Amino acid sequence: MRAVATTTLIKGARSTRSTIALKLLMAASGIVFILFVLVHMYGNLKAFSGELAFNEYAEHLRTFGEPMLPYGGLLWIIRVVLLASLVAHVGSAIALAKRAHAQRPVKYSVKKNKASSLSSRTMRWGGVALFLFVVWHLLQFTIVKINVGAGGQAPEVTENPYRLLISAFQPEQWWMVIIYLLAMLALAFHLHHGTFSAIQTLGFTNTAESRARARVAGWVVAIVVAGGFSLVPLFTVFGVIS
Amino acid sequence: MKLTLKIWRQANASEKGALKTYELDGVSQDMSFLEMLDLLNEQLLQNDEEPVAFDSDCREGICGMCSLMINGEAHGPEVTTTCQLHMRSFKDGDTITIEPWRAASFPIVKDLIVDRSAFDRIIQNGGYISANTGSAPEANSVPAPRDKAMRAFNTATCIGCGACVAACPNGSASLFLGAKITHLGELPQGQPERYSRVQTMLAQHDAEGFGGCTNIGECASACPKEIPLDVISQLNKDLRKSLILG
Repeated sequence: MRAVATTTLIKGARSTRSTIALKLLMAASGIVFILFVLVHMYGNLKAFSGELAFNEYAEHLRTFGEPMLPYGGLLWIIRVVLLASLVAHVGSAIALAKRAHAQRPVKYSVKKNKASSLSSRTMRWGGVALFLFVVWHLLQFTIVKINVGAGGQAPEVTENPYRLLISAFQPEQWWMVIIYLLAMLALAFHLHHGTFSAIQTLGFTNTAESRARARVAGWVVAIVVAGGFSLVPLFTVFGVIS
Repeated sequence: MKLTLKIWRQANASEKGALKTYELDGVSQDMSFLEMLDLLNEQLLQNDEEPVAFDSDCREGICGMCSLMINGEAHGPEVTTTCQLHMRSFKDGDTITIEPWRAASFPIVKDLIVDRSAFDRIIQNGGYISANTGSAPEANSVPAPRDKAMRAFNTATCIGCGACVAACPNGSASLFLGAKITHLGELPQGQPERYSRVQTMLAQHDAEGFGGCTNIGECASACPKEIPLDVISQLNKDLRKSLILG
């Protein structure tokens, strides 16, 4: 996987280490993330059903599969899968980005983008932005449970998922709503190209029609996921969810 | 037409290059882009200056020898090769920036000439079918479905000019590789070596230093032969299958 030019023919190179194998790894791990955000978004929408339904759903995620699984067992399985996918996704992204940089040491002084979408050209930095957001998001709602609103770190807020959520997106914390909406915009961009790219990398776009369908899939996933996620902070800051 | 040309000048592979500005008068709209450069070179020779080195051969859009990044577009603003680009695509008084293909795997030989032998080595490493030479077999004895034959024919129009690599921000040769994989893989004669071919050609592609594909589509829009992006999907599919087949 070193980017070194050669003058000889390569024999016996391992295709499992090839650029396309890395892309397949990115596509597969990306699909894990797409499935995850779809389920996560569905869970968030429970906020519209009120405190009881939302907290019940959160608890249900922990008791799911009992007694075959211990309490919280499913969540831990999901966490391990997500973490492994993250390592695969970021690892291959870094390896491929390094190759790309090594391949063009002298930049063009004039270069036009004719066919690529803005979302496709912002995958790398957009990915970094999403990573930073996920770190903050996990600290806020899972690891530390940071209450940015009234009541501080009182357990009746931090140990109540619904109240922690409501407290985060009150009008006094309008900036938190902005952060989340910007993150969802970044997610929409990433999913718009990522979904299409994954389908293409897996080799399912062998005609113009199937390629067009894959592009539609990118739009649908981006709008459904980012739109669905954005509903909760928006409806909370405007007082519909309280 | 009077033009301002900004052209990349570089004495050889090891020296540093730079853009140099030239004024050129008396360009006709009917000239091809390369004829315009010929005119510039005549002017340079008269002034005892070193002419601009650029690649060309057939000058009829079929050999893949000409290249040039023209105002940030591979082969310029039209969907054709640089040799088939005409000066009527430009206006009097235009400034035109001309750069070589920029990729570490295409080292600059001189000025606008790059060494594209990396493509030759990719072809050498599996981009063929093994067939006995001698008397040609009866053409109709191996039936090829029409849609497959057409796809093979369309992808076989790739002339290996390298515009896809030049336009790709990752410097990937996936469109070139995909065109060859699809062209050979769609025909019955290409089947016996289909899954070893994709592995050896890809191994050579990677060893040459070409980047990975991010499916953004700049390559297909730069391709003078309009090779579609779906050949990269075909390449990915064949590689995936070959990994499963072992």
